[in-house]
Amino acid sequence: MSLLNVQNLKVSFHTRNGEVKAVDDISFTVETGKITAIIGESGSGKSVACYSLLGLIPMPPGKIEGGSAVFEGNDLLQLSESELRHIRGRDIAMIFQDPMTCLNPYMTIGHQLMEPIVYHKGMAKTEARQHAIELLEEVGIRDPHSTIDSYPHEFSGGMRQRVMIAMALINEPKLLIADEPTTALDVTIQAQILKLMADLQKKHSIGIIFISHDLAVVADIADQIIVMKKGKVVEHGDRQRIFKNAQHPYTRALLAAIPAGTKVVSETQSEALISIRNLNTWFGQGKNKEPVKAIKDVSLDIRKGEILGLVGESGSGKSTLGRSILRLVPITSGSISFDGIDLTEMEGQSLKKMRSRMQMIFQDPYASLNPRMSVYDTLAEPLLLHKIETKKTVEQGVLKLMDDVGLARGFVRKYPHEFSGGQRQRIAIGRALATRPEFIVADEPVSALDVTIQAQILDLMLDLGKEYGLTMLFVSHDLAVVKHIADRIVVLYKGEIVEQGSGKELFENPQQEYTRQLLQSIPGRALLG
Amino acid sequence: MTSIENTGNDNPVPNNKISDIAMAEQGTSLWKDAWARLKKNRMALFGLAVLVLFSLIALLTPWIAPYGYEQQNLDLGATPPSAQHWLGTDIFGRDLMTLIMYGGRISLAVGFVATAVALLIGVTYGALAGYVGGRTDAAMMRLVDILYALPFMIFIILLMVVFGRNLLLLFLAIGMVEWLTMARIMRSQVQALRQQEFVEAAVSLGLGPVAIIRKHLVPNALGPIIVYTTLTIPGVMLLEAFLSFLGLGIQPPQTSWGLLISYGAETMEEFPWLLIFPGLALALTLFSLNFLGDGLRDALDVRSSKD
Amino acid sequence: MLRFILLRLLQAIPVILVVITVTFFLVRAAPGGPFDSDKAVMPEVKAALEAQYRLDLPMSQQYFAYLGDLAKGDFGPSFKYPGRDVNELISAGLPVTAELGAYALLVALILGGLAGIMAALKPNTAQDYIPMSFAMVGICMPTFLLGPLLVLVFGIYLEWLPVAGWGDIPGDKILPSLTLGAAYAAYIARLGRAGMLEVMSQDYIRTARAKGLPEWQIVVKHALRGGMIPVVAFLGPAFAGLLAGSFVVETIFQIPGLGRFYVQAAFNRDYTMILGTTVFLSTLIILFNLLADILAAWMNPRLRAQLGESK
Repeated sequence: MSLLNVQNLKVSFHTRNGEVKAVDDISFTVETGKITAIIGESGSGKSVACYSLLGLIPMPPGKIEGGSAVFEGNDLLQLSESELRHIRGRDIAMIFQDPMTCLNPYMTIGHQLMEPIVYHKGMAKTEARQHAIELLEEVGIRDPHSTIDSYPHEFSGGMRQRVMIAMALINEPKLLIADEPTTALDVTIQAQILKLMADLQKKHSIGIIFISHDLAVVADIADQIIVMKKGKVVEHGDRQRIFKNAQHPYTRALLAAIPAGTKVVSETQSEALISIRNLNTWFGQGKNKEPVKAIKDVSLDIRKGEILGLVGESGSGKSTLGRSILRLVPITSGSISFDGIDLTEMEGQSLKKMRSRMQMIFQDPYASLNPRMSVYDTLAEPLLLHKIETKKTVEQGVLKLMDDVGLARGFVRKYPHEFSGGQRQRIAIGRALATRPEFIVADEPVSALDVTIQAQILDLMLDLGKEYGLTMLFVSHDLAVVKHIADRIVVLYKGEIVEQGSGKELFENPQQEYTRQLLQSIPGRALLG
Repeated sequence: MTSIENTGNDNPVPNNKISDIAMAEQGTSLWKDAWARLKKNRMALFGLAVLVLFSLIALLTPWIAPYGYEQQNLDLGATPPSAQHWLGTDIFGRDLMTLIMYGGRISLAVGFVATAVALLIGVTYGALAGYVGGRTDAAMMRLVDILYALPFMIFIILLMVVFGRNLLLLFLAIGMVEWLTMARIMRSQVQALRQQEFVEAAVSLGLGPVAIIRKHLVPNALGPIIVYTTLTIPGVMLLEAFLSFLGLGIQPPQTSWGLLISYGAETMEEFPWLLIFPGLALALTLFSLNFLGDGLRDALDVRSSKD
Repeated sequence: MLRFILLRLLQAIPVILVVITVTFFLVRAAPGGPFDSDKAVMPEVKAALEAQYRLDLPMSQQYFAYLGDLAKGDFGPSFKYPGRDVNELISAGLPVTAELGAYALLVALILGGLAGIMAALKPNTAQDYIPMSFAMVGICMPTFLLGPLLVLVFGIYLEWLPVAGWGDIPGDKILPSLTLGAAYAAYIARLGRAGMLEVMSQDYIRTARAKGLPEWQIVVKHALRGGMIPVVAFLGPAFAGLLAGSFVVETIFQIPGLGRFYVQAAFNRDYTMILGTTVFLSTLIILFNLLADILAAWMNPRLRAQLGESK
């Protein structure tokens, strides 16, 4: 018998704009000791489905319209709130996406860890504390005897997620629901957490529901995979079958969206468009404090027409390097030259002129567009500023840009909040292309987007790169994406270049320990090759 | 908010027949959106209506007041509301409605003018500190912190005592206190906005500081400023009324709601209408401003942090 | 933390000095000397008085002499009532005002806190609308209007409660405390509601729910602390406001407190009295602000840790 048997679950939200069917008649089962992955993009209903089982969606506006969810002989959907409460945190535990916000900042982690066991099992505080210390040790927290009395802010993101896992496991639940537990973490940390979860799951023989937007993440650990789209299950099956023989076109699209393969690079080496020599970018923190050295003595050439991938984890300085080149942050020392022109000392009108030759695409399409400017205003601004179009011709210029980035012309007078994330990123790309730049810094341009949209935007960028003859610095934390798109890759770690080379060289024969570590952390590499 | 639906494929069906942007459908700007939301908020609309009405009355008082401001009738004395005197008369036989109308002119003027002073100083100061940043910013905000710690209410009383009860001084004194909060709000707005990627994008496009402030910072900072301005006015009016009540604000022969309430309180046992009607006028105005401010806060989606 | 407290105390000293200096020169700059009254005073008498009050000395010497007096805890004499001094009035008025303020603060915290929490737990229901409507009334109903109205209704029409005095007749403390506390109860209710709503939407509340804790434990153990920080931070300004409010309330209810003395001094243009009381009250306000700041910082472990480290 299954641990959890969900049949015909329907959940809807009654909003001002009418009823939204978030979960539309789905059925699935979870087995003891197995990991069941639920995969879907934003809005697919994957989280709502799981939260509704435990009564954790706000009601109203949410409403469970029908179905059953049998867990150990009880239909969870029929239980009262107080009955459900005795299951939550005891038999079914949860881990959430963002470990930075999911722990109470006002309580020590020990206190928070002990809470479920003291409440559900009435264990004495001293005993519970002992138990908590053991568990902290098990999830890999060093020196748990003293760290148990620390507050969450004293831990890094990865460590907090370990604490969350310990907290979920403290009552030895039978089912664990993990909602994107590694999405907010760096790749190397993600690999550690995934391994920890897989180990603990085997050891304690728990059933796990692993919710994720990313097929690759679950490729190594899932037993069963359920693919959801717009509130419906489009496909489910065991891991091997889904990866080897997906039936539904959407699953195939998801698989195809996982960036794979190494870009074939032409051997001809062009001259450098951008030369960076001994660049240092430090951020002061006031008089008495040591400055943060974001970029330390970096020298680098970016060749004409190439896409250079810049890879690093959070805090590696990769974004700062891109911004330093564009003179968006003040550099501390060193030099940057663009097409033989020294940018370092440039000011005023000459800098403004240079700015039209180099542009930037930002990570978050929700923050990178002025919410009070329509598409027309956004795209017309650079065209008029750099006198690329006159007042008379600017309309046609704007429409041409929209055609180029694949936006329907009918949207020209709409505002950013009326668009989806992918569409906004197209607007942002259009704005960057408006000045006819030769060089573009793309700072994680797809990491805020759904996977299928990611693939479309990457393709668009590759096409436009060719069409406009662009040189590009592609900044990303995601090695698979970079390998897919870049001609050469530079690995940055703590502000310094660790290694550089073509994708092939780097992947097949990494020279440095850190690069090897990064490569091993790429999720799903065993299955994807 | 309507999001343009995309069907898994992000690439919308191109509708490229449009050759002229006038043919395209007009989008909903955030201002329009906010206005639509405000229109649904009945209390806020009520507040707005009352404010417009009171402001109009205040502007037109000399022409529409039922009696002259200095018209006394000592023989009549204090009478309750009647057909001749809708809100009754005071102990000198003056028409209370007329007095309230003239008092409203002063009370509203103090509210609006002192807030305008605060707005002007605070927004300029805060925007400057936020935009320049660095040490200048730190020094400028340190000054604000120090001033913040000063007990201003007592200072204003002191000023009024020492230099006499002067209307202009009152405007200035109140404005000087209220600009501090305004400066803090503006600065935090500008600072938060400066870190936004769209401002960085504007810099990388080569826009100058003036254009960035005008096109990218101001329109986005305007929402919170509007909300806090609306909520500052009632605070200022309260302060004026408070001082007048203590006899340290507006002086006869001028009058204000605070002063009328103070007179009313003295004689409330016999002539309660002298307290109730001026009190009602003040409370209604404060209500309206607060409701409008709350409504604007919701409509413009301003978060509730002060600094 | 101790370091933070000491640092903030040190920072308060220049502010207090500024207050003293500004007040001193402002009062001295007042048009007309304190003895230029209606009655003609004999020149010798005037000279003797001026000598007594050190008015014959140069301004700078007067200033430093005053600072010296302050350091000894002497707030100076009264011009109007020879023989009385500010210290005397403070020791007479302060206990009364402190008691009134404490009751009012209690009213504000209990009423306001409960209303705010209740409203936040069931937003957009009657449980939210009703207390919040009262809060709105409280905010729009200034002390000097609420006081007379309460007197009119409960004192004069219903004759339930005494309308004046402090500690003379049983029950005479109720109306003043309510009047003074009402506006702050309203502010605290609104702040508490906003704070609790903010906290209740945090991810860690969802974590607590996922643990299966009952709702009251979630509120008390997980939400209250974070939700009440804005309220605590407000206590500093609230104290200054209560003090100003006490001027009005003590005048309305004829309570022999510091506030009433102050208003009287202001009316009589008793400059030394104003000077002394202003300095005293300002120092009190600054210290209370400091206290509220420290309390709010201490409630946030992250801030507490940062403050512990900082030099």
